[in-house]
Amino acid sequence: MNLFVLVWSYLRSKPLNTLLNILLVGLGIGVITVLILFKNQLGEKIGNTSKGVDLVVGAKGSPLQLILCNLFHIDFPTGNIKLVDAEKLANHRLVKNAIPLALGDSYQNYRIVGTTSAYTAIYSAQLGEGKWWTSDLEVTVGAAVADALRLKLGAHFASSHGLSKEGHAHEEAEYKVVGILKPTGSVIDNLILTNVSSVWKVHEESRDSVVMASRFSNLLQANVANDSTREITSLLIKYKNPMAAIQLPRMINSQTNMQAASPAFETARLYSIMGVGTDVLMGFAYVLIFISGLSIFIALYNSLKERQYDLAIMRSMGASRAKLVWSVIMEGMTLTLFGALLGLALGHLVLWIFTTWIPEGAKGGFTGAVWYAEELLVLLGSLLLGVLCSLLPAWRAYRTDIHQVLAGG
Amino acid sequence: MIKTSNVSYAYKTGSSLQLPDVEVRAGEPCLLLGDSGSGKTTLLHLMGGLLRMQQGSIFIAGTDISRLNEAQLDHFRAKHLGFVFQRNHLIGALTVAQNIAMAPYLAGSKIEQARIVEVLEELQLKEKRNARISELSLGQAQRVAIARAVINKPALILADEPTSSLDDTNCMRAIQLLLQVAEHHQAALLVATHDQRLKNVIKQQIQLKAQNQ
Repeated sequence: MNLFVLVWSYLRSKPLNTLLNILLVGLGIGVITVLILFKNQLGEKIGNTSKGVDLVVGAKGSPLQLILCNLFHIDFPTGNIKLVDAEKLANHRLVKNAIPLALGDSYQNYRIVGTTSAYTAIYSAQLGEGKWWTSDLEVTVGAAVADALRLKLGAHFASSHGLSKEGHAHEEAEYKVVGILKPTGSVIDNLILTNVSSVWKVHEESRDSVVMASRFSNLLQANVANDSTREITSLLIKYKNPMAAIQLPRMINSQTNMQAASPAFETARLYSIMGVGTDVLMGFAYVLIFISGLSIFIALYNSLKERQYDLAIMRSMGASRAKLVWSVIMEGMTLTLFGALLGLALGHLVLWIFTTWIPEGAKGGFTGAVWYAEELLVLLGSLLLGVLCSLLPAWRAYRTDIHQVLAGG
Repeated sequence: MIKTSNVSYAYKTGSSLQLPDVEVRAGEPCLLLGDSGSGKTTLLHLMGGLLRMQQGSIFIAGTDISRLNEAQLDHFRAKHLGFVFQRNHLIGALTVAQNIAMAPYLAGSKIEQARIVEVLEELQLKEKRNARISELSLGQAQRVAIARAVINKPALILADEPTSSLDDTNCMRAIQLLLQVAEHHQAALLVATHDQRLKNVIKQQIQLKAQNQ
């Protein structure tokens, strides 16, 4: 026999009430848990995706779109930029290195990215099997792509135009899988990588017959036809020194017909836009928690009314006021503790279901199998909630007039 | 084992109660008779330390309880007193054994399951050990309350109308049990009642007069 047995017995004697209160707390905490997991992982994703890139340069348009398209591979390209312009910029004295990206095609919703091996270095991607792409129409695919589309080494596929399944299929030129990457947990897992000229090749139908003199492009690390109409989608730039951060964007935006967007700035903007949504959800969670607190308070208050004889009897048996107060607070805390544990489990379960059963969830690279320090804070907060909503009932227990109750009966 | 002298209690309404001196020795029973409103319950609660008196002294097992502070009084109650009430007031959420175990737990002493079994056996409740309170009959519940009152081997057992809600058979059985366990545990037994049936059972009697309020 101890106080916890007593508290537990009281809770068990009203199973429906107890269940309702635990469920209410659990729902509130569950929403908060999902938000914590989502927000943290989103922050990590954004940080990891943009960490090796100081500036994205592409066609004029929305800077946020430029970042979303070329770093996160979510949005559509703003347009193309001329290869010669890009090469000029890549040779600028303030640019440490520049990585070209040629987008526009996809296979089964997975993007085909024409680029150089420098792009894979940003995410420290490593080969799982096969080799890196070397010649035209060879692709090395990300781990998630290979997994989802069951692509094996040597597989052939035709890309389709645009970034969705419905695009026109380029059946004339088929890609061949030569390598598969190890999972990195970054955006590269969802990409199909090839060289820039492959992307050009699938798109040129009439040009084949025209033979042009070729030159070596330092930017593309390959020979290209000496053709001033060649275009790419964007450049990912790493600064040589901090001075570049001040000069380069301004120079590009004002003196060229390209636009420069800073990932750091744009992702911060993106975060604040998404923040509204998470704030609304957070508010909803707080309302849920407030209601659960109220429900626990009412349950305790009412059951204490029924239990005033119990309280008086226990006092007559020598229970101190403190012990009874503590038992009431313990009851409140037990409810919120179990509620919080349920909520945490629920939050992780929801994210796990989201990432396991919904392809978009898995593509985003989210997982329900990580724990954050904030969750401990949630647990402590819920205990505090338990104390808070049992304070008044506890005060009532403290004030129990033994004589009055026993004689009045 | 209990000795009161010159105890008086003033109600909040202003009226006061002058109570007769009571003395009961260990292992002896005493009947506290009087009609409702004569102050039986008040006297019993004063002796149990559930109420504070304004004057007089109450010695239980050599301790003047009017000199104890609240925490000491709580502890004293737990160690030396056992209560049996008119309505049994068992804790419905607990089992029979858990209800009885509350007493040693609140007294801060070790909970010996063997002792609980022994007391239950004495009161013929052994097979009801894990029963819920709601499954008990009135008489059985009364016996559980008695078991809970004696489990700590108290110096004094205070019973407030323990038999008034029982029929004749159960009334006699309950009072016999109370007398028996009180004697067995060498506890003074004070029964406050207006139940005339008990007059023939307990010789030592104190009559409380109705007070002019």
